[in-house]
Amino acid sequence: MKVLYFAWVRQKIGTGEEHLALPAGVTTIAELIGFLRMRGNGYAEAFENPGMLRAAVNQEHTLFDKNICDTDEIAFFPPVTGG
Amino acid sequence: MNSIRIQTEDFDVTAECDALASDRSDIGAVVTFTGCARGDDNLSALTIEHYPGMTEREIAKHISESETRWPILGVTIIHRIGRLAPGDRIVLVAVASGHRAAAFRAAEFLMDYLKTAAPFWKQEERCSGTSWVEAREHDARAAVRWRDEFNNC
Repeated sequence: MKVLYFAWVRQKIGTGEEHLALPAGVTTIAELIGFLRMRGNGYAEAFENPGMLRAAVNQEHTLFDKNICDTDEIAFFPPVTGG
Repeated sequence: MNSIRIQTEDFDVTAECDALASDRSDIGAVVTFTGCARGDDNLSALTIEHYPGMTEREIAKHISESETRWPILGVTIIHRIGRLAPGDRIVLVAVASGHRAAAFRAAEFLMDYLKTAAPFWKQEERCSGTSWVEAREHDARAAVRWRDEFNNC
């Protein structure tokens, strides 16, 4: 699956896009966050407080209990500030 | 005809209004909102990034919703990305309708959702460093009131 990061999430992780195989045991956004935060410094920092993050699956805003699969495009970002 | 553009270049508000109303005589009102980069607290620049693809989808979705609520005849939304200076134009929402009430309401609705749903992020540069703009509670409330209004109908 494709995982995208924006704004300070991207800066903390150090990349805006990566491709991952759906990790074993991960079925929801919340579980993916749990997996990603174990990956190292930047990830731990970016996902330290999931309440500060928002997520999208296949370019639709979504809650963290959303089920995901290996072909999804998933994005993590802070609350939006356009306009 | 609706138009959604995400671009680094500036835009010409008059030309966009003319384009909305050209070659038709059923438009009685064109309402525009232009958002600019405010130079508060010694802001030196603003850098805007977005989520290509999702941005256009979110905006299109809200234009469709506005079309179900009000009799509007055309919408142009332009949002700039990249590095902007204080005073630069950032965003244009232009709505054409037969009468002004629908155009005013739809423009405000679209702007409220641009602020709270379209995936853009602003980073501010000052002499003290750079920081990401935080989302504001009052913007979220402004968007939610449309939902409440809709549910109460």
